[in-house]
Amino acid sequence: MSRPSDHIDSAAPAPADGINQPKLGFVGWLRFLWRQLTSMRTALFLLLMLAIAAVPGSLVPQRSSDPNGVTQYFTDNPDLAPILDKVQMFDVYSSAWFSAIYILLFVSLIGCVIPRTKHHWLALRSKPPRTPARLSRLSAFERRSDDSGATAEALIDDATRQLKRQGYRVERFDAAGSASVSAERGFLRETGNLVFHSALVGILVTVGFGGGFGFSGQRVLVEGQTFVNTLLDYDSFNPGRFFNESELAPYKLTLDEFGVTYETQNLDAYGQAIDYRANVTATSPDGDSTEATIKVNDPLRFAGTDVYLLGNGYAPTITVRNPAGDVVFSDSIPFLPQDAQLTSLGIVKVPDGLAEQLGMIGFFYPTQAANEPPFFSSYPDLAYPVLILNVYSGDLGINAGVPKSVYALDVDDMKQLTGGDTGVDSIELTPGQITDLPNGLGTVSFDNVAANPSTENYAGSVKRFASFDVHHDPTQLWVLTFAILALSGLITSLFVARRRVWVKATTGADGTVALEYAGLARGEDPGLEAAVAAIAEAHIPTPVPTEPEGRITP
Amino acid sequence: MTLVEISNLCLWSAVAVYALAFIAFTFDLARRSAEVTAALDAAERAQLETAEERVGVLANASSTTVSPIITNDGVARGKTRRPADDDGVEQPAARRSPSLRIGVALTVIAFLLHLVADVTRGIAAGRVPWANMYEFAMTGTLLIVAVFLVVITRVDLRFLGTFVIGLVTVLLGLATANFYVEVVPLPPALQSAWLVVHVFVASLGTAFFAIGFALSVVQLMQGRRERKLGVVRSAQPAGRFRFLLTLPNAERLENLAYRVNIIGFIFWTFTLMAGAIWAERAWGRYWGWDTKEVWTFIIWVIFAGYIHARATRGWRGSRAATLAIVGFSAVMFNFVVVNVFFKGLHAYSGL
Repeated sequence: MSRPSDHIDSAAPAPADGINQPKLGFVGWLRFLWRQLTSMRTALFLLLMLAIAAVPGSLVPQRSSDPNGVTQYFTDNPDLAPILDKVQMFDVYSSAWFSAIYILLFVSLIGCVIPRTKHHWLALRSKPPRTPARLSRLSAFERRSDDSGATAEALIDDATRQLKRQGYRVERFDAAGSASVSAERGFLRETGNLVFHSALVGILVTVGFGGGFGFSGQRVLVEGQTFVNTLLDYDSFNPGRFFNESELAPYKLTLDEFGVTYETQNLDAYGQAIDYRANVTATSPDGDSTEATIKVNDPLRFAGTDVYLLGNGYAPTITVRNPAGDVVFSDSIPFLPQDAQLTSLGIVKVPDGLAEQLGMIGFFYPTQAANEPPFFSSYPDLAYPVLILNVYSGDLGINAGVPKSVYALDVDDMKQLTGGDTGVDSIELTPGQITDLPNGLGTVSFDNVAANPSTENYAGSVKRFASFDVHHDPTQLWVLTFAILALSGLITSLFVARRRVWVKATTGADGTVALEYAGLARGEDPGLEAAVAAIAEAHIPTPVPTEPEGRITP
Repeated sequence: MTLVEISNLCLWSAVAVYALAFIAFTFDLARRSAEVTAALDAAERAQLETAEERVGVLANASSTTVSPIITNDGVARGKTRRPADDDGVEQPAARRSPSLRIGVALTVIAFLLHLVADVTRGIAAGRVPWANMYEFAMTGTLLIVAVFLVVITRVDLRFLGTFVIGLVTVLLGLATANFYVEVVPLPPALQSAWLVVHVFVASLGTAFFAIGFALSVVQLMQGRRERKLGVVRSAQPAGRFRFLLTLPNAERLENLAYRVNIIGFIFWTFTLMAGAIWAERAWGRYWGWDTKEVWTFIIWVIFAGYIHARATRGWRGSRAATLAIVGFSAVMFNFVVVNVFFKGLHAYSGL
């Protein structure tokens, strides 16, 4: 049996006759369950289950695509979130229940595809079936007659050649007084169907196992910084299960410059970024350097990895000196953009060199537009850059060796010195300015990094950073290949018509030959009648068109 | 007038003309209902022997298929000869009612206005006119009408006008009123050739699903009527929606819906794959369960289910049609609700 028993093209089930079935043994039960699993109804049920099961992943943030959203969800819904987490609602697409559905679906699919492949293989090698006795009972049927004197055999020879040209497989069945040809075409339909389903299995297997050989890593680079493709140099790194560290080619990547173009002509989009360019120098492990530009839709494919530009922002350069004037801290700190005008938030941590550990929460406004607090930014480029710092002193909590996020300041063990309720104004700096820290701790400066610093034109006064994703996925090409196979298989299986056609010639008493043309659809075949009519017409053209005007053939 | 003003003016005019076309199509359905009522009254009064004759008269006077009335509904069961093609969708154009012809003509006029609006918007923006929700709605509905107009030259589905043009009028009117945004340049993420391919094929798939949706709705109505008839076995047809008697039977509608929907499904499959290729270039991974990806996947699975339902005994017919309707509803949900309210990487609604 090639198709599931409840497939529309399979024979209808025998009506229940009320006779007691023999008792099923263990193997019988297994066979029964297998039948159920590979039935069309189960496949359909599993497909609909899969569609429904995929929905929650779009309603609740997912750890895979939106880890910050998950953290936020836990903060916003402290009671609900742990319950959802128990049923893997934050990892829907790797959850046990989602996996169960698609694994069952694929088992059902494989259980259906294997017998069908076998059956199809045999069908490909079998001959077209014998011509039925009464062709006129078939749904697509045409009649012609020929009195040219040609014999029935000669006419069927013609028809056979004609059908062969159209890609039919043909078989002659001649008897006394009549000749006929049985023809069959459209095996590609089932081939396409099987290719489509097999390609889906291919995609699943490639993604499931092949994905384990790749990795993805993230790294933020401030202009001028260099990153080396080693495990230590990534900000975060997600290796696949079978990933081996030695596979990393230790190439270097330097962010030379990050350029942004803003819209200035169209007032409806004034200040909208219309181009991001990360100009980088990539140096292979052998020492060969190449310059390249990485853009949003234009990754750098280098040394077996793909480097994508994902984000960007400002990295103000901040220098802290002790009361003696010695530099205890100087760095360009990536500030995370908070809105379209690039109001940015960043954290400065000064662990050593001062009387106390110092932490600062900084707000950066590339174009500060308010006369008095609250400040805001009105344009994302550097027209009037202002940095606001709230200073905390005390224990940064990093001495114990517990890793802390560089983008968050734990103020539990710290005392706020400026801003907020302290009564001391927050530190406010423009590029190039320096000011005293409270309590005589020292000084802090917001350094102007432009080639020619000026207070008239702040262009280039603050460095920019870019965040890069580095990926390596050896299976991508395989997935693409399977996807293309699936699409071609799908198109073939939906549009190639599988049909059988017979042409039969019977010599009458008066010497004229009566011709019958009949077709039988196997599966969806809306063009069957037209095809049979066309075959008849090509074989024996009718002298007068019989089709009414305006007839439209679907 | 600027190009954008021309575009906006043409678009609102198109909405107005679509609304008029919708009214004309609705008149046609009402007329069909009235004719059915008249024919049935006549048939009831007369003896069964003469019914055939009257029906013949009716068939000549009316637009499409009156013959299936007889064969389907037992008004004169067994008395009429089955026409060669009992689909009833292959009637000479001369017999179409004036309101139906006006409906089609208005649809063509509205389509041309719509096309001008779409093209001028694209020229004004200097790019393809499908880079935000407003433009996508404009191009998507344009394609629905284009597919509809192409299909009716091959198969007479003019009776679907009420459903298709009604849907287009509502979608386009709502989108223009709620999603309108000024022309702005493309953000870097959208500056890709895949914008042209991925989004266009998605709209094309949506257009085919929309026609399939309309067919499936009519199929469900027709199927209900046919089932009722089978149970009651009365000469009197179901009271409401008498125009259904002049439309193809449920099986024929289902076959048509299937053919339209599988084309939509192929385009949708391509959209999914093209989107994955683009996602790899833009976001560094070809699949990441972004909300829009999730819903595109859900829609794909629903229509895969629909195709399987067509091949499953006990599911062909109304259940399969319901799946097609659920599938198109998911397409609409994906467009409106997911774009506007869900958080994700496909944040290009422009709102």
